[in-house]
Amino acid sequence: MVEPADLAGAGAEVRDVEVLVVGGGPAGLAAADAARRSGARVVLVEGGDDVGGQYWRHLPAERPAAAEAQLHHGWSTFAGLRRTLAGDPGCEVLTGASVWAVEPGAGALVVRVLVTPSGQADAPGRRHLALRPAALVVATGAHDLTLPFPGWDLPGVVTGGAAQAFAKSERLAVGERVVVAGAGPFLLPVASSLLDTGARVLEVAEAAGPAQLTRGWGPLLTGGGAGVFAAGLSGVGVLAGKTRELAGYVAALTAARVPYRTATGVVAARGDGRVEEVVLARLDATWAPVPGTERVVAADALAVSHGFTPRLEVALAAGAAVAGSGAGAGFVAVDDRGATSAPGVWAAGEVTGIGGADAALVEGALAGLAAAEALGHPAGPEVDGLLRRRRVLRAFADRLAAAHAPRPGWLAQVTDDTVVCRCEEVTAGRLRSVAQATASAADAPAGSRSLRLTTRAGLGPCQGRVCGHAVDAVLGCGLPASTGTTRPPVSHQRRPLAVPVRLGELADLPPATTPTSPATSQPTSEETP
Amino acid sequence: MSARRVDPARDVARTETAEPVTITVDGEPVTGVRGQSIAGVVMAAGRSASTGGALRRTAGAGAPRGVFCGIGVCFDCLVTVDGVRDVRACQRRAVEGAVVTTQGEPLPARVERVEGERRG
Ligand SMILES: Cc1cc2nc3c(=O)[nH]c(=O)nc-3n(C[C@H](O)[C@H](O)[C@H](O)COP(=O)(O)OP(=O)(O)OC[C@H]3O[C@@H](n4cnc5c(N)ncnc54)[C@H](O)[C@@H]3O)c2cc1C
Ligand code: FES
Repeated sequence: MVEPADLAGAGAEVRDVEVLVVGGGPAGLAAADAARRSGARVVLVEGGDDVGGQYWRHLPAERPAAAEAQLHHGWSTFAGLRRTLAGDPGCEVLTGASVWAVEPGAGALVVRVLVTPSGQADAPGRRHLALRPAALVVATGAHDLTLPFPGWDLPGVVTGGAAQAFAKSERLAVGERVVVAGAGPFLLPVASSLLDTGARVLEVAEAAGPAQLTRGWGPLLTGGGAGVFAAGLSGVGVLAGKTRELAGYVAALTAARVPYRTATGVVAARGDGRVEEVVLARLDATWAPVPGTERVVAADALAVSHGFTPRLEVALAAGAAVAGSGAGAGFVAVDDRGATSAPGVWAAGEVTGIGGADAALVEGALAGLAAAEALGHPAGPEVDGLLRRRRVLRAFADRLAAAHAPRPGWLAQVTDDTVVCRCEEVTAGRLRSVAQATASAADAPAGSRSLRLTTRAGLGPCQGRVCGHAVDAVLGCGLPASTGTTRPPVSHQRRPLAVPVRLGELADLPPATTPTSPATSQPTSEETP
Repeated sequence: MSARRVDPARDVARTETAEPVTITVDGEPVTGVRGQSIAGVVMAAGRSASTGGALRRTAGAGAPRGVFCGIGVCFDCLVTVDGVRDVRACQRRAVEGAVVTTQGEPLPARVERVEGERRG
């Protein structure tokens, strides 16, 4: 329990806040805007140097571009939200402000924030804030999920998000000749942004095969290829924007004659010091590579994404439960208006399920209105319309998720010498042999944790953010696992700190306020084997 | 060939002419443009830089690593900037004269633990 007196320590500025929004992507911006319209006072904290999130990641102020909107969809929506919030004395937008811990406090949660001057990420001596929100809206988004393959740790192999981020925020092509691979509609904007940088996109390889795509995208689809996206997206008014956006990507790929191949995946990246060639193969319906179908493509970059995984740390630390099953499994569990299982805590956007920016905007607005309403600022009549839009967008997102969800056969690409945990350089072979040596039916659940301690997989600086799912899968736990195992997934999502903090910065805090809550701490044995 | 900045003359975004920024990477000057991250500057220098576009070497296999996630979550791009270790190169803006050194020792299990060891 943190008492107000404990908070007044060296450097920590303590403030009571009405609605605190964490994350300045589409969901967080919409939440802040909606809560303001209801009349609540809002503080929005964004870890990056500017708001916009992943979708509207943009050039920094020191690098102006006359036609930046060309690189984005819905740029005017973003510009409007940013302008409204910036000009509103009832809303304070803090950038470079990362939430690194959430603790239970006397009556309210205590949200700890480190504020970094613009551009100076990871500099020591950052400013501490301790915010006590009456209502908290978590809109921390997601990051790429990339399934490992031999060579995925070579320089030049990046996530789809990285290719996108460098194209949008630095006008940098990650390579001249790029292969885009993985699964999901996100591969299309990645390829299209790369084309906009003048890079050659050699091909887009989608792991899902025609049968999986057809089941997910619906009976409208016939045949494979990029045409599936255009064909599958007719009708529903709410989806018109999404339809236009995807059709635009398809047109860009078609114009540049970029082949879009379904049932195709990367089985290896090779090169001397950086990627020089990419080995692609046909995948069967389970995503296992079909022997004999390998092709070698000379490339200097490879952008791979198999979906997204939520940034759960802040939500978990605030006590919100994660859905265990169903379409939203692994994401923060919310009701229609974004309420989590924790009182006073709402969540919106991709941290609650992958739905794209349109869904994030709608969910953000709903959560912002709900949070304000709980504090005595009733929402207007717009809620019903937002709920209707949310239902359509969610149903669409669930279909897409099914169309591109990893199938267990992908594990066949993970050879024994594949590095699975990049930070600690733990190979699949090491994981498998340690798992075999310690296997016993009785200790299975504890076994998975001790395996991580023995191998250190997932205990490096990324704390399993990148490899957690894959480590679990290789060990036969969680999803998407191999077949027939019942070991539960290891809780690789519970991390003591949401962002890295230097000891010197912790030392600036009085001892009683270093993170000690059960929700945010791990057994020390996990930290120091 | 490797990563490269978009030619401003052909950029659909019509970026204005950007000011050059020079940093040193392991003692070697590398030039990018203002507003870029350290990772972006190093990537665009590519093979011409002595690091070959990599940002660090791993402790175990001594394998080169570069940018992976690009958004600050993977920690594969940690470098030392002006004497401060474990800075995410993809998140840190390149400023004129910044002294970047690549790291090749074991990564910290958690940033604050290594800091503690150094202090202790
Ligand atoms: C790198 C990347 C690029 C993407 N590009 C596209 C694209 O071009 N097109 C597309 O359709 N979809 C894209 N996506 C998918 C994208 O996630 C969604 O479309 C959309 O951005 C989701 O909105 P959101 O508000 O839920 O989350 P986000 O946009 O991810 O916003 C979350 C925000 O929270 C901040 N944050 C997270 N943790 C903390 C913390 N502890 N403290 C403070 N702030 C925090 C983050 O910095 C981020 O700005 C991309 C995803 C990624 C990971
Ligand atoms: S590339 Fe992942 S943190 Fe920098």
